[in-house]
Amino acid sequence: MSGILNSSIGRKFAMALSALFLMVFLLQHFAINILSVFSPDTFNDVSHFMGTFWVIQYLLQPVLIFGVLFHFVMGFILEYKNWSARKIGYAKTSRAATSTWMSRNMLLTGAVVLAFMVLHFIDFWIPEINTKYIVGDMSGLIDPANAESGLRYYEELVHKFHHPLRVGAYVISFVLLSLHLLHGFNSAFQSVGANNKYTKGLKGFSKVYAIGVPLGFVFIALFHHFTH
Amino acid sequence: MNLTLKIWRQKNANDKGKIVDYPISDISPDMSFLEMLDVLNQELIEKGESPVAFDHDCREGICGTCSLYINGRAHGPETKITVCQLHMRSFKDGDTIYIEPWRAEAFPVIKDLVVDRTSFDRIQQAGGFISVNTSGNTQDANAIPIKKENADKAFDAATCIGCGACVASCKNSSAMLFVSAKVSQFALLPQGQVEATDRVLNMVKQMDDEGFGNCTNTGACEVECPKGISLENIARMNREYLAASLKG
Repeated sequence: MSGILNSSIGRKFAMALSALFLMVFLLQHFAINILSVFSPDTFNDVSHFMGTFWVIQYLLQPVLIFGVLFHFVMGFILEYKNWSARKIGYAKTSRAATSTWMSRNMLLTGAVVLAFMVLHFIDFWIPEINTKYIVGDMSGLIDPANAESGLRYYEELVHKFHHPLRVGAYVISFVLLSLHLLHGFNSAFQSVGANNKYTKGLKGFSKVYAIGVPLGFVFIALFHHFTH
Repeated sequence: MNLTLKIWRQKNANDKGKIVDYPISDISPDMSFLEMLDVLNQELIEKGESPVAFDHDCREGICGTCSLYINGRAHGPETKITVCQLHMRSFKDGDTIYIEPWRAEAFPVIKDLVVDRTSFDRIQQAGGFISVNTSGNTQDANAIPIKKENADKAFDAATCIGCGACVASCKNSSAMLFVSAKVSQFALLPQGQVEATDRVLNMVKQMDDEGFGNCTNTGACEVECPKGISLENIARMNREYLAASLKG
């Protein structure tokens, strides 16, 4: 078992596990965000729970941050190693004849998603961490001095989707995420060794997920932009 | 057919190399691609120039020696064939054809279009075999019952001719399709079980040591493989490797 991360298959396996973990996270993130379309109160309550429950905050959140960082760092390491395996390229290539654009451009689509995550962290995560752990306000209220002021999460969400440039960046990022997932989802299963009689069904499911979930996030952004 | 060939010329392993243009005329569409190169070489020899070095042997699509990257694809524009099975009718009169060697750090160019593929030999030597007592009383392999599905899959994997098209076509220069075919060939048969753990660990280690890239599942190798080796073999190798790592 020792040194498994030093092998090409071990790195692939680790990359796939982190990807599968992030896809599960993305799905639960979507499940919570879509609540904002149907019920602002429920969205507020669930967000407050997610933001204050100690298991999520102190156990799952660090695992998530590690998963995100690991996935990106390993992605760059793999790309560098793959570049090193062919320092002199071909004068002419016809890669489109043998593989999809998505499969060949995971670094590009991943880098755009990474850039989006920086924006997303600046928009939501850092202010949230600042409010809770620097200011010390764990109430989740718009006005901590007034218990009747209501929870702030929905208001912050709507506010962030007000500016068209931010919404545009959000939409582009999720289109790129969809392209990333269109290859990545299925690829992750191949990397953990799952290529068998269930593969056809899995491929269908992976396409539904890769298009459906990012499209859902885009819908949420556009919904709040145009209804507020 | 009249064609313009853009061929990689490199005097030796240390030479920088470059693409050189060669116009060629009166090529029959019924010629094989290698025969067309033979015609070019004859012309070069008659002109007192050095002929283009390229690998070829059986010219029957079995040996996997003819390793040419033609117009951006391993073994040219057709699928499931080697270069010797490629015919000039796959091109049009007036075409410009790029002819390059396999590109990978693990396949260094020796001369022109000839590359050193002994890295594959070393991977094979690291575990691509079974140890059998050949003292004279060896059990007939056909006497061992094997599930038909496994026998078929093992045979499919065994059709890998080690040509290196998987490496050449992979954007990462990964050799995983080749190694997985060799691992699968034995992993699916009872004779291969005894050394299965060491085999996959040693072959993958050798593959990594040779400097091949990491598979990112683009599937280009499967498309370009002249024998149609399936990506299913890579998934099997991944399972074998992970299980072996846990054991070892």
